[in-house]
Amino acid sequence: MNIVVCVKHVPDTEVPIKIRADGRGVEESGLNHVLNFYDEHGVEEALRIKERFGGTVTLVTAGPSRAVEALRTGLAMGADAAIHIQDPALSSLDHVGTARVLAAAIKPLSADLVLCGKLSTDDNAAVVGPAVAEFLDLPQATAITKLELGEGAATAHREVEGAVEVLEVKLPAVITVERGINEPRYPSLPGIMRARRTAVAARTLADLGIAVPPAGHVELLNMTPPPKRQAGRRLEGEAAVIVQDLVRALREEAKVL
Amino acid sequence: MSAASDVWIIAEQAGGRPRKITYELLGLAKTLAGQGTVHAVVAGREIAGIAEDLAAHGAQVVHVAASALLEPYTTDAHAQVIGTLLAEAAPGLVLVGSTAAGRDLAPRLAAKLDAGIVTDCASVEVQDGRVVAARPAMTRKAIVRVAFHDGIRIAVVLPNIYPPAPAEQGRSADVVTVPVTLDPASIRTRVVAVSAIKRETVPLTEADIIVSGGRGLRGPENFALLDKLAAALGAAVGSSRPPVDSGWVPHDYEIGQTGKTVNPQLYIACGISGAPQHLAGMSGSRCIVAINKDPQAPIFGVATYGVVGDLFEILPLLTEEVRRLKSAAGDGGRQAAG
Repeated sequence: MNIVVCVKHVPDTEVPIKIRADGRGVEESGLNHVLNFYDEHGVEEALRIKERFGGTVTLVTAGPSRAVEALRTGLAMGADAAIHIQDPALSSLDHVGTARVLAAAIKPLSADLVLCGKLSTDDNAAVVGPAVAEFLDLPQATAITKLELGEGAATAHREVEGAVEVLEVKLPAVITVERGINEPRYPSLPGIMRARRTAVAARTLADLGIAVPPAGHVELLNMTPPPKRQAGRRLEGEAAVIVQDLVRALREEAKVL
Repeated sequence: MSAASDVWIIAEQAGGRPRKITYELLGLAKTLAGQGTVHAVVAGREIAGIAEDLAAHGAQVVHVAASALLEPYTTDAHAQVIGTLLAEAAPGLVLVGSTAAGRDLAPRLAAKLDAGIVTDCASVEVQDGRVVAARPAMTRKAIVRVAFHDGIRIAVVLPNIYPPAPAEQGRSADVVTVPVTLDPASIRTRVVAVSAIKRETVPLTEADIIVSGGRGLRGPENFALLDKLAAALGAAVGSSRPPVDSGWVPHDYEIGQTGKTVNPQLYIACGISGAPQHLAGMSGSRCIVAINKDPQAPIFGVATYGVVGDLFEILPLLTEEVRRLKSAAGDGGRQAAG
């Protein structure tokens, strides 16, 4: 089983961000970046499949030089190989463009399965996985909470509005994973040592046969902090009185009942 | 895009009826199209009656793709049929609902059509001839404004933000039959089972009212208190992350950074402290009620009404009061204001 996992190096969701003065992004200095946690679930799922059926797990990322750390984390968890697509032109790509680049790197690997996180926690776009599937002309299943491999096909569970859908997907396929799918392991010490020794394959857009980077179809205008919610009214005292007061407020002031 | 351009929507239906988000998209499409035409595409098995419904809600042209191969939804079947249609029409703007199917299909279409795509749109506007969308990013620590370049533009719009277009009987639409020539072998996924999540009266992402519980509920059995209040209100039940991590409720309950993003009219947070991870998923709610014993809980910082008290005492009283109100209204209560 040749499994490819797409990963992204993203700002740690636990830390506050600072929007750049020009509003065109976030201040990177001092911002801790980590492996996108949905991708951690992707790496974990790949490792579990490898442990069961054998094969290799190859990580692919497209990003600046710091993004190698996301690959190192995945390698330390147990992945076998990693590809780092690095190119000055990457920063001008939109999500579909990034997917095109990732697909070009994945194509020669003859993958039986391509795993992606459901989304990355920085852009929250959830575009790259299905777009990679389209560029590789593979079937897809998105936001999967349970995956079982069979002969030439996989069974995948996904949550839809008010129901859980069970899909049978022909392999090879692109699967994007939801958080519930597994509990990712922590990198082991020997894993961390091995990850440091593993050579990361570097690729430029030219290496991938993408001569002229495709222009983005969308353009970031600006980034602003979300509107601050004001704390409203406190209701304290005897429970029965509070409840009466609350229901009256919800009906008459907020008009939501 | 000028103010007189055609706007297309992908009308999502379930069991022959349009989903709520479809009406929301029709309302938005009408605003954005101005003097242009609102087109709706609907794909499914038995959908003959839907065109009339979509017309009543403002669709002027309805493209109907009917085939047993189009229901239940599969990526391959829908991407081929809708992709072909959109490639021919090359509309300036396509609105898709941010639902399980919409999030699955729209990026695939964008890649197929080499289109611009913006997901999770909280707003879509035409400004000086450009289509501009705003969306939360960085786990809702930022709102990003994005402009589309020329070409096919696909905006995936969050549910429960735009008011649904009202129905006006007597309106009619041009109904165009979309030829469906699908090779069954080209559909590489198959839906083998669908099991309803029984607890959900309304899907969380579509609910007008959500009652949500956190660590303060102390155990899975106490979610029954939320179920009772939710039943009285016609609400959906959700949770913050700790009850999911503790195994009290399944993952599909979770609202927040690692769960769902919701925008209800009313959000009642019970025993939820208000960690940033949770606020990321619900702070877009119109009215927030927080019930918590700890007056210092951060949830009070975003609450419209902050009830400092014991939820085990408050919730049964609140349920009782809501029931009394609804039975007095005699009609099961009116819907929350759209």
